[in-house]
Amino acid sequence: MSTTTVQELTAVTAPEPFWTRQRRLGVALTLLGVLAAAVFGALAPGETARFTLSDNAEGAAISINGQLGAVLFGLLTLAAGGVLLAGLAKRWSTLLLGLGVLTFVLSFLCWQVAGQFMPLVDILSGTVQLALPLILGALAGVLGERSGVVNVAIEGQFLMGAFAGALVGTMAGSVWAGLISAAVGGVIIAAILAVLSIRYLVDQTVVGIVLNLFALGITGFLYERLMQPDAEHYNAPPQMPTWKVPGLSDIPVLGPVLFNATGLLWLALALVLIIHFGLNRTRWGLRTRAVGEHPTAADTVGIRVRGLRYLNVLLGGIVAGLGGAYFTLVATGSFTKNMTAGAGFIALAALIFGRYSPFGAFAAALFFGFAQKLAFYLSAINSPVPSQFLSMLPYLATIVAVAGLVGRVRAPAADGIPYVKG
Amino acid sequence: MTAEATTEAPREPEQKPAERETLLTAFQRNLWASNGVTVTTLSIFLAVVIGAVLIVLSDSAVLAKFAYFTARPGDALGSSWDLISAAYSDLLKGAFGDPEAISAWFSGTGSWQDALGPISETLTYAAPLVFTGLSVALAFRGGLFNIGAQGQAVLGAVTAGVAGFSFGLPIGLNLVIALIVGALGGALWGFLPGLLKARTGAHEVITTIMLNYTAALFLSWLVIQQGIQQPGRSDAISKAVDSSAQLPSFGGALRVHLGIVIAVLVTAGVAWLLNRSAFGFELRAVGANPHAARTAGISVAKTYALLMAVAGGLAGLGGATQVLGTAHALTPAVAGNIGFDGLLVALLGRNRPWGTLFAALLFGALRAGGNRMQSYSGISLELVTVLQALIVIFIAAPALVKAIFRLRTARAAGQSASPAKG
Repeated sequence: MSTTTVQELTAVTAPEPFWTRQRRLGVALTLLGVLAAAVFGALAPGETARFTLSDNAEGAAISINGQLGAVLFGLLTLAAGGVLLAGLAKRWSTLLLGLGVLTFVLSFLCWQVAGQFMPLVDILSGTVQLALPLILGALAGVLGERSGVVNVAIEGQFLMGAFAGALVGTMAGSVWAGLISAAVGGVIIAAILAVLSIRYLVDQTVVGIVLNLFALGITGFLYERLMQPDAEHYNAPPQMPTWKVPGLSDIPVLGPVLFNATGLLWLALALVLIIHFGLNRTRWGLRTRAVGEHPTAADTVGIRVRGLRYLNVLLGGIVAGLGGAYFTLVATGSFTKNMTAGAGFIALAALIFGRYSPFGAFAAALFFGFAQKLAFYLSAINSPVPSQFLSMLPYLATIVAVAGLVGRVRAPAADGIPYVKG
Repeated sequence: MTAEATTEAPREPEQKPAERETLLTAFQRNLWASNGVTVTTLSIFLAVVIGAVLIVLSDSAVLAKFAYFTARPGDALGSSWDLISAAYSDLLKGAFGDPEAISAWFSGTGSWQDALGPISETLTYAAPLVFTGLSVALAFRGGLFNIGAQGQAVLGAVTAGVAGFSFGLPIGLNLVIALIVGALGGALWGFLPGLLKARTGAHEVITTIMLNYTAALFLSWLVIQQGIQQPGRSDAISKAVDSSAQLPSFGGALRVHLGIVIAVLVTAGVAWLLNRSAFGFELRAVGANPHAARTAGISVAKTYALLMAVAGGLAGLGGATQVLGTAHALTPAVAGNIGFDGLLVALLGRNRPWGTLFAALLFGALRAGGNRMQSYSGISLELVTVLQALIVIFIAAPALVKAIFRLRTARAAGQSASPAKG
């Protein structure tokens, strides 16, 4: 015993290794900067890139020479990487990282948009719309995983939510009835997940994967039996109304994106704040985190571990079901088989990439939504960059994050481990 | 897994006479105890019952008869029974053969193709599932959860398909090379998460999920590239695999091909590898307890990396079987859902090689029967997905089945279908 104590002590007092997280990030950013300045700059045509402040080619625009922009922003990325690598400004490393990524993206855009135009309002609102289900799905994951239940059934919850929202919304003729039943749809899958993994101690990943297939099968089955023969009565849900906030919606660029939107978007943004506040500032949050990190200790002080896990997984079901409602009640006017097409897994990626925190998940969801929107945009302007590779970005970024190549992601300690009292 | 054989509990004196029990009493005692066979049978039974309820619930004509159930219950029950029995008898006929067609063949009025067609379909669908199922089962035994069988199968299909239409080798050799290249493609895609797990501890569940989607996007990009896409086609389909690289089929009219024979041979190979080879011993040791295995001098990291490569190779063979035996050309959906189905197959087969083979045959039968059910009774093929998912949910939660049927606890409790890990 004594030897381990000595080793631990020396480990704590040992000087920081040269290759800190900051320096490794610096290397990555420097390489990206070189890539941007040299490759993007060389490939970019010397024509003007116009970023219009509307959703079409009209109106005011920010213009820059494509080649100049690509090189300039690439050099800025390089500079940010250099500062990190040199070990300067340690307190600003997150800001520098954000700046580096942003300038890299801008350099890429200057190359792609040169000779064309990019409607910023359209891009931003597309980003937010595509990110909306990802935000809700990732928040559902946060609720489950922070209390120690792995949720890979977000995809299934999306599908059930989308299906139930379309079915009940059409039959009741009310979008709100649809929204509530979408939440119920998510809760059904969450309840099966909770009972099997908490009560019957089945491996949580196994349950999640099987539930995804179950949801895919049952919604597909009922779609073909009910909705396809009689779409008018079963599959024509009313759409969520778009609300315009007078005044605020006139703010350039951000106004039309945020304040001329459906209530679901505001709900999602509110949930990010509520869950962040709840996890970090309330008794429920402290208990949730305790149960997720060390359930035995939590049990010892009288917290009902299984009860709290049930509660959180079911709450997650509500949130993910609402995310599913996006697909039928906001994005499209009807349900189709397997319409979520892997969005639940991108939400899972956002949750992990966002380090299991509400704000992190929110930022990651926005980033992944932007990547998807950019993929659509690039294929629309016939870019030489294949859109499939941009669509891979969320998945590859998550692999890099969990592998700890640039800053390791750490899951809650008791994540995925069923709690057996005694 | 071998708890029944090894852990013979010290018997108490009054249990002595049980050793001399007759075959009949032993059968009676085991019939209602929760052993593997009973749980599997009851799981299938439960799934079939729930499927029947779904069939009735989704048929508006029959549901209308339930409206006057109290007045004339015979109407509702009779038509429900007709609907269910027609659907399930079509399922059985499509999976194992139509008795009429078989008797027509024996009496000389029908062709043998009609009689054996259903069996051929069952084996055709089962062949790739054997490979992906073995892939998941083998990784499971080593303590790894290979959700990436789907992506590995996709990559195996890609490499085998490309090898199949580009090398132009002589007959026989071409097929062998294409199969090997397919296995190598899958092995590479499995090796990556194995290496990441070994080197950085990145959880294989997350990395393999992400690699699944990466592989799918890569395939959808590849098939529309020049040199890969079939000349003269605008849709996403590759050139056809040379006939010398296709898995030969038995008899002209039947689809069943050499793949199922290879599948049986590979099952035997995996069973040998797992139970008789040094590597199999190491992987089982690591799966049972990685810390103990490390203490005993087994390199856990090396075992993880090698195990994932082998598992990936098996899944890659599954993809290769699909493209060389059935599809004969690459399309974005060439691998279908065989990776995820393989996961269910492995769970149903309790992660044993021969169990996996039989589970794959059952899934192939369900799929082949589902096709007939869809075209004859008009019941959506998705019902099969629901049945498969339900069977596996019940198998994975034996305690649930036990509670539903009030089974006695078996003498040797060795029921868990999945290793206890997160």
